[in-house]
Amino acid sequence: MLFDNYQTEGFFDEMFEADGSPRPHYAPVYNGLHQVPQDEYKNKQAAVELAFMRGGVTFTVYNDSQGTERIFPFDCVPRVIPVEEWEVIEKGLIQRLTALNLFLHDIYHQQKILKDRVIPAQIVLGAKHFRREFMHFEVPKDIYVHICGSDLIRDNDGKYLVLEDNLRCPSGASYMLENRSALKRAFPDLFRASGVCAVDTYPQQLLKSMQFVAPVNSPRQEHPNVVLLTPGVYNSAYFEHAFLARQMGIPIVEGRDLVARDFKIYMRTTSGLVPVDVIYRRIDDDFIDPSVFRPDSLLGVPGLVNAARAGNITLANSIGTGIADDKVVYYYVPKIIKYYLNEEPILSQVETYLASETQDRTYILENLNKLVVKSANEAGGYGMLMGPWAASEEIEEFRKNIIANPRNFIAQPPISLSRHPTWGEEGFGGRHIDLRPYILYGEKITVTPGGLTRVALRKGSLVVNSSQGGGSKDTWVLQNKVTA
Amino acid sequence: MTFTSSINKAANPREQIVDGPKSNVMLSRVAASLYWMSRYLERAENIARLLDVNLQLLLDFGKVSEEALKQHWIPVLRASGEEDMFFQVYGTADSRSVVEFLTFSEQNTNSICSCIYAARENGRQVRDQISLEMWEVLNAAYLFLKESDVDKVWARGATEFFDQVKNFSHLFQGLTDSTFSRNEGYEFIQFGKFLERADKTSRILDIKYHMLLPKVTDVGGAVDTAQWQAVLRSTSSLEAYRRYYVAEIVPWKVAMFLVFSESFPRSIRYCIERVGEFVHLITDTPSGQYRTEGERRFGKFLQQTRFTTPDEVLREGLHEFLERVQKELLAVADHMFDSFMYHPPVDMAAEIRLHQQEQQQQQVRAPEPPQPHRNGR
Repeated sequence: MLFDNYQTEGFFDEMFEADGSPRPHYAPVYNGLHQVPQDEYKNKQAAVELAFMRGGVTFTVYNDSQGTERIFPFDCVPRVIPVEEWEVIEKGLIQRLTALNLFLHDIYHQQKILKDRVIPAQIVLGAKHFRREFMHFEVPKDIYVHICGSDLIRDNDGKYLVLEDNLRCPSGASYMLENRSALKRAFPDLFRASGVCAVDTYPQQLLKSMQFVAPVNSPRQEHPNVVLLTPGVYNSAYFEHAFLARQMGIPIVEGRDLVARDFKIYMRTTSGLVPVDVIYRRIDDDFIDPSVFRPDSLLGVPGLVNAARAGNITLANSIGTGIADDKVVYYYVPKIIKYYLNEEPILSQVETYLASETQDRTYILENLNKLVVKSANEAGGYGMLMGPWAASEEIEEFRKNIIANPRNFIAQPPISLSRHPTWGEEGFGGRHIDLRPYILYGEKITVTPGGLTRVALRKGSLVVNSSQGGGSKDTWVLQNKVTA
Repeated sequence: MTFTSSINKAANPREQIVDGPKSNVMLSRVAASLYWMSRYLERAENIARLLDVNLQLLLDFGKVSEEALKQHWIPVLRASGEEDMFFQVYGTADSRSVVEFLTFSEQNTNSICSCIYAARENGRQVRDQISLEMWEVLNAAYLFLKESDVDKVWARGATEFFDQVKNFSHLFQGLTDSTFSRNEGYEFIQFGKFLERADKTSRILDIKYHMLLPKVTDVGGAVDTAQWQAVLRSTSSLEAYRRYYVAEIVPWKVAMFLVFSESFPRSIRYCIERVGEFVHLITDTPSGQYRTEGERRFGKFLQQTRFTTPDEVLREGLHEFLERVQKELLAVADHMFDSFMYHPPVDMAAEIRLHQQEQQQQQVRAPEPPQPHRNGR
């Protein structure tokens, strides 16, 4: 039997109670999989991987001399979220994004929150991702963040915590969709037994959100021209860009396909220059317009920022949103929620120490071997110190950097992360997971019921990033309440 | 020059702004990728057939000397256009080295592998435009070749290997037919396919011109016939030819069949008729007319070919005629590429200057934004 030797080993396990019995909302999955002969399970897992390889559902690995494409490893046991848990997550994420969007509007206009000293002004004004150039410019419908992918984790008591917000170009939605269709092919019966919310409306909703924010000047209000801007085929997430463009039925363009004339953006097509209204861009601010930001960028479109400021093109997400997912600003998010919404945060977040605060810094420097230290503006699991597991040289290196540039670092206690049965060489073992739901801001804010569950495939590892040995799982939100 | 009067010399249409909503636009870059994807796949298929047939042809000759072997392969290398590069890499031409070079060499940008990789890479660039089925075939072909090498081909049988390569191409064409919308993209795919095919048929036919016969008196003999038969098989036309001429392999008839057949889909005439069709669809120029010098030139070539007799080809010389075909195909390919698929790269430095000037002008006009609040009230 597949789960016979499975041990929770004292961690919070998504599937099993501490006593080893399956949790009620996992019962159909447990019953369906437990009986599957090991060889058959292995075959199905292999078939899914082969299908991903054949379909080119891959990402490109950087710092790999061969520049190889790899599949994002997929584990067939789905992660199941009961509807009552999901309702809280959904409400919490909507609250959080509403507040962060108000925050962005405020700091790019009157900066009330700084004047009221809820956040020290220099934290915002001095941040790497604060775009002074965009002060006092309006974005359509006042929406700055159209697509958000927040990372959630669960601590040892199973409590959901927001680990970070991704407000620039969050990736992974295509894997949420591909994982679902892969698992439907491999284990169709599991779906019938559980009743799972569909995720495949995501591309349509994404397109709708894009169309909703078309510039007011555009003569194409009914059918605005929306395109997806990719850095190109050598970007690690190119598969996703092509996938989403295809699902939405919009052109995928590179910087060289666009040209700015008279504060408007055009695509270079076989029949001439065709105007563009909305750009779902998958290029970071720094690279998007070499006439304003990094002049060495060959990926961007010179004149794009001017066109955006003139109100002739909408960028999704808007420029300058990175300030709101700065890890120092993260510390202030509960205060941001209270300030703009006068509500208590529905979702908790991880206790955070700011190296820029004298007291916190002393604590951090004294406890480097017990804390997780993060750079304020890195993503993808880079620029991180995992104190309890780090070599002493690494710790000293961070100590130096923190003292030299305290604004750039925060520290958090390590969170153990919940575990989930995951297939490995020795059968099922517990592996740490997180959750990235996708939140879209259009006419209203919607959260796709599900998301991407990332899993650290190496035993004991807490790093779930695809670039560093992470895999993923299909994520189920159940349609109905489970009666135990 | 009277023709210039009817040629539109106005500004390049690609630089004109097309206003209003337009649902079916195609990026020039996408058109280029679809075109090259299609050409490369057709090219790979033709090389596979050429190699397969010539390997089999050698079996008919029994034991062959090293020199004879070399003489056999040189025309094949010449048809692939990479004869010089081959001899820089390999000392002498034998079956194995030629197969390795034309199939797997990364240096040879026209090897089967290079072609399939390029087709797949182009497909990947327009992954959002082609159907999932088409993409999966490109990717499967890529994965298949990545796992193969000349040792495996030798061990498992070359025919089977080349059959597989051809099958990928056929499957792709069938899926294009059944899963791809008949839009502008389709026109670029077909244009590329027939252009490449016309070129390859002309080159395969030309091989026979370079193949030596043991003695002059062997013309029409067993070896000569076997070679002509190989030409037919290299263009998948042996059976079609037999049905048309009933069995007998007569050299001149073979050549004329591959040049002039109006119904056989790999003959030069058939392919350039299709090329012409898709040129008119892409340019929107009514059939029988032209708007640019490039269209005029190809239209003239097409008309001439339609009304050329075998005797005229004989007088011109088959080899010379085929070279002219290749030249005209190249001209129309260049013309279409420059007019529709290629945008000269943006001059980044100039663009940056232009938009920074705009920015400064804008800042002069815009009211001074209120100063960001400094700490303290």
